[in-house]
Amino acid sequence: MTKHYDIIVIGAGPAGMSASRTAAAQGARVLVLDEQSSPGGQIYRAIEKPHNQRRRELGSSYQDGVPLVHGFRQSELDYVNAASVWQLSADLEVGYSRDGIAQLVRADRIIVATGAQERPVPIPGWTKRGVMTVGAAQILLKESSVVASDAVFAGSGPLLYLAVHQYLELGVPVKAVLDLTPAKNYLGALPALFGARADFAKILEGWQWKRAIGAAGIPLLTGVDAVRISGEKSVESVDYRRRGEWQAITCDTAFLHLGVVPNINISMAAGCDCHWSHNQACWTVTVDDWFNSSVAGVSVAGDGVSIGGAAAAEAQGGIAALGALHALGRIDASERDRLAAAYRIRLRKEMGIRHFLDLLFRPADRLRVPREADTVVCRCEEVTAGQIRETLDLGCCGPNQLKSFSRTGMGPCQGRFCGHTVSELIGEASGLPISEVGYFRLRSPIKPLPLKELADLAHSSKE
Amino acid sequence: MHTLPRNEPGERHAAGRVKKHADAVVIGAGLHGCSTALHLRLGGLSVLVLEKDYPGRHASGVNAGGVRRLGRALEEVAMSMVAADMWKHMADLVDDDCGFEASGQIKVAESEGEFDLQKKRVAMLQSRGFGHEKLIDKTILRERLPAVSPHCVGGILVEDDGHANPFRTVTAFRRRCETLGVEFHSGAAVTAARQRHGNWLIETAKGSFESAMVVNCAGAWGGRVAALLGEPPVPVDAQAPMLMITARMPAFIEPVVGAQGRTLSFKQFANGTVLVGGGHRGRAESGTNATSLNYQRLAINAQTALDIFPIMSQARVVRCWAGIEGVMPDQIPVIGPGSEPGVFHAFGFSAHGFQLGPVVGRILGELVAHGRGSLDIGPFAIGRFADKGDATQHGARSYGG
Repeated sequence: MTKHYDIIVIGAGPAGMSASRTAAAQGARVLVLDEQSSPGGQIYRAIEKPHNQRRRELGSSYQDGVPLVHGFRQSELDYVNAASVWQLSADLEVGYSRDGIAQLVRADRIIVATGAQERPVPIPGWTKRGVMTVGAAQILLKESSVVASDAVFAGSGPLLYLAVHQYLELGVPVKAVLDLTPAKNYLGALPALFGARADFAKILEGWQWKRAIGAAGIPLLTGVDAVRISGEKSVESVDYRRRGEWQAITCDTAFLHLGVVPNINISMAAGCDCHWSHNQACWTVTVDDWFNSSVAGVSVAGDGVSIGGAAAAEAQGGIAALGALHALGRIDASERDRLAAAYRIRLRKEMGIRHFLDLLFRPADRLRVPREADTVVCRCEEVTAGQIRETLDLGCCGPNQLKSFSRTGMGPCQGRFCGHTVSELIGEASGLPISEVGYFRLRSPIKPLPLKELADLAHSSKE
Repeated sequence: MHTLPRNEPGERHAAGRVKKHADAVVIGAGLHGCSTALHLRLGGLSVLVLEKDYPGRHASGVNAGGVRRLGRALEEVAMSMVAADMWKHMADLVDDDCGFEASGQIKVAESEGEFDLQKKRVAMLQSRGFGHEKLIDKTILRERLPAVSPHCVGGILVEDDGHANPFRTVTAFRRRCETLGVEFHSGAAVTAARQRHGNWLIETAKGSFESAMVVNCAGAWGGRVAALLGEPPVPVDAQAPMLMITARMPAFIEPVVGAQGRTLSFKQFANGTVLVGGGHRGRAESGTNATSLNYQRLAINAQTALDIFPIMSQARVVRCWAGIEGVMPDQIPVIGPGSEPGVFHAFGFSAHGFQLGPVVGRILGELVAHGRGSLDIGPFAIGRFADKGDATQHGARSYGG
C-alpha cells in the first residue's frame, strides 16, 4: 500500500522546517522530504556541523538557523534526508528516490517549500570550466570548507557581497569584485527605501561589507555594464566593460551571481498557476493569503513562491501550515488566525525591504537576455541565443513549440537553467507580456529517475 | 512542382462581422488535418484549417513517431503499404524528409508460444498477398539487436519501416500548406455548425467560416465535431498513452522494437536518447487538454524495457508525458463521408495513426474531389457504430476501389 500522511512537506529549508514544525505541533502526521543530507536548506546549509556553528565568519544571519533546526529536530515527524523528489501530481501523489529506491507516497495536503535557485547568468563564456555561481562557492564553503583563491566575483545583490565578505573574513585572497548593478537602479530604488518600513540594519550591514572589501584593498568596480568570460576551454580572464571601455582581469576561477529566483519546477509540474514578476524578473507562483496555490491541496511557501529571504520564508511556512491544518479540520478558523498573527507581523516586517531590494538588484536586460548570437542559453542541449531567435523567426511562437523545434529545455535539467531566459527571449521577439508567453510545460520526473527504480515501483506498490 | 490555380480563401463582411469562406474547411491541425488540407489544396481547392489549440499540439506532435506497417490490423494493411511508399518520398511532398529513418521495425517474441503466434500471423498475411512482415529466428534477431535479452526467441521484421520526428512532420505539412496558400486559424475551437444554401456555416472562437465541404480531422475531439456536423453519437474515447525518454546513452540499437506478448514501443534516437512507450494509459481530460501520468503503469512499461534490453538498467528517465489520442472501440479509425452532404471524417486513429497521415490526406483528397478513392475504406465507415444494419449499408455505399 502507498503510505498516506496528513501533510507532506517538500524541502527542509526555513519555510519547510517552519511548516513541518507547526503542523507536527498540532498532531498532524507529517512527512518531510529534503534533498540535502541535513536540514537547513541553502541558507542554513550544513548548519548542524559543529565547525560551522562556531564560525563567526559565516555571518550572524547564518546563526539564526540554529534554533530553527533545533526545533525541527525536536518535532514528531518523519524526516527523510537525501531524498530526490521527482514527481508531485495534481492528485497529491509524491514520488521520490532515496538510496536507489523509488517510492510513491500520498497526503491530504502538500506544502511545497523548494526555496530558491540561483538565476542563470547567460553571458558569453558562462559555460566554460572554472566558471561557477556564488551559490556554488557557498556550498563548497559550508559543506566541505573548500575555497578558491584569487577568484573574480562578478554580479549583483546581497549574496555577492556576503560571499566576498566571508572570503575576506577567512583570509582567502580575492582578485576583484565587479558590481553589475545597473547605475539607474540606485535612483529607481530610492523611493522604495522611504515608502517601505525599510530594514536599515540590513542595508547598513550590506554597506559595511562593501566598505570592508574596499578597506582590504580588493578592487571593487561598480558601474560595470557588460561582462564576458574568455579562455580556450576554461577561464583565462574575465573581461568587463566600464564607462564604455573593455578591460580584462586574468584569473582561473570566476564566481557569477545575479540574485536568486524561485525554484518552481515541482509547483509548475503539479500544475500550479504562476505569473511573471516584473520587479523580480522571474516566474512566481500564484498563491492566496494562506499560500494555497491554484491546485487544490497544494500550498507553496517561502522563496519557492517569490523571493523574500529566509526570515520571510520561515513566517510563510508557518502560515501555510496553519492554513493546511485548518483545511484538514484540525484547527478552527479563529485558532488558525490567532496562531498566524505573529507570523504575519514578522512577514510584513520582512517584506518591507523587499521592494527596495528588488528594484535595486534587478539585473540589466542584457545580462538576462543575451545579445550575442553565440551565447549558450540551454546548456544541456547546447542551444544558443542566436539559434533560438532564428527558430522564433520561423513562426514558432511559444516555449513548448520551441522545445519541439530545437530541443531547448529538453535535457536532463528540464529547463531549470534556460526557462527564464527562453520566456524573455520569446517575449522580446513577440512583443507579448512574459506572463502570456508562458513557461515550458514541465513534465515529471522533475529529476532524472533511473529506469530500474521506476520498474521496481511495479513490485513495491499496488494500484 | 507545379503552379496551382489562384484559388485562395476569401473574406466577406456579413452583418458587420468578418466571415471567411473557402471551398473546404478542415477541422483539426494535427497530421491528418494538415495532410488532408495539403491534398485538397493540391487538388485545386481553397482550404482553411481551424485548430482549437495550435498545429500539432496533441497526439500528432507528441507521439512515439513510429512509421510502421508491422502488426497493423488487416483492414489497415493496404493503406499502410501506400503510406510506406509516401514516407520514402516524403521530401517530394512536403520539402522535408520529416526525419524519417528506415531503421526497420522488429516485434520480439519472448517465448516459443509467442513465436508460434507470429508464424501464424506472417502466414496469414502472405496468404493475402502481403509479404512485408518477415519471420526472423534467434540468430538473425541477435544480429539485428545485439542488446536483446537472451531469452528472446525470434521475431517479425519489416525492413523498411522506421521512425520519424512527429512535430517536425506536422510542421513540414503545415508549412507546405501555408506556402500553397492554405490558411491556418489557431485557437479556433468550433462551437456550432449549420447548413445554409448548400454550404456549411461554422462558428468558432475566432469568427465564422463558410465552405461547401467540411473535413473533420479532430482526433480525440472527433466525436464532438461529428455531432456538430449532424452525426449520431460516435464512441470516441479520449485516452492518454504515456511515453518516457531517457538521458543520452551509447548507441546500442537501430531498429524500432515492439514485443509480441506485452505492449512496448522502443527506439534509440541519433542523439542517444531512448524512447520507451507501450500504450500504457495515463489520465486524459479532453475538456482541459490536461493529461496526468500513472507511475504504477509506467513502472510496468519500464520493467518490459528492462526485461527485453538488460542494458536499460543503466538508463535514467528524464521526462515522461502523455498525449491525447482518440481511440475507437474496434481500434481502427473513422475515415469516409459523413451522413450530411459535404461532410467527411478522418479521426479516431486509436494511437497508431502517425504512419497513415500522408495516405489519409490523399484518400480524403480523392473523396472530396471525385466522391471515390483508390483504396477500400469500407471498414472505416462512421456508420458502423450506429447499428449493424446501418453499418452494412454504409459499407455497401463503398467508396473503395
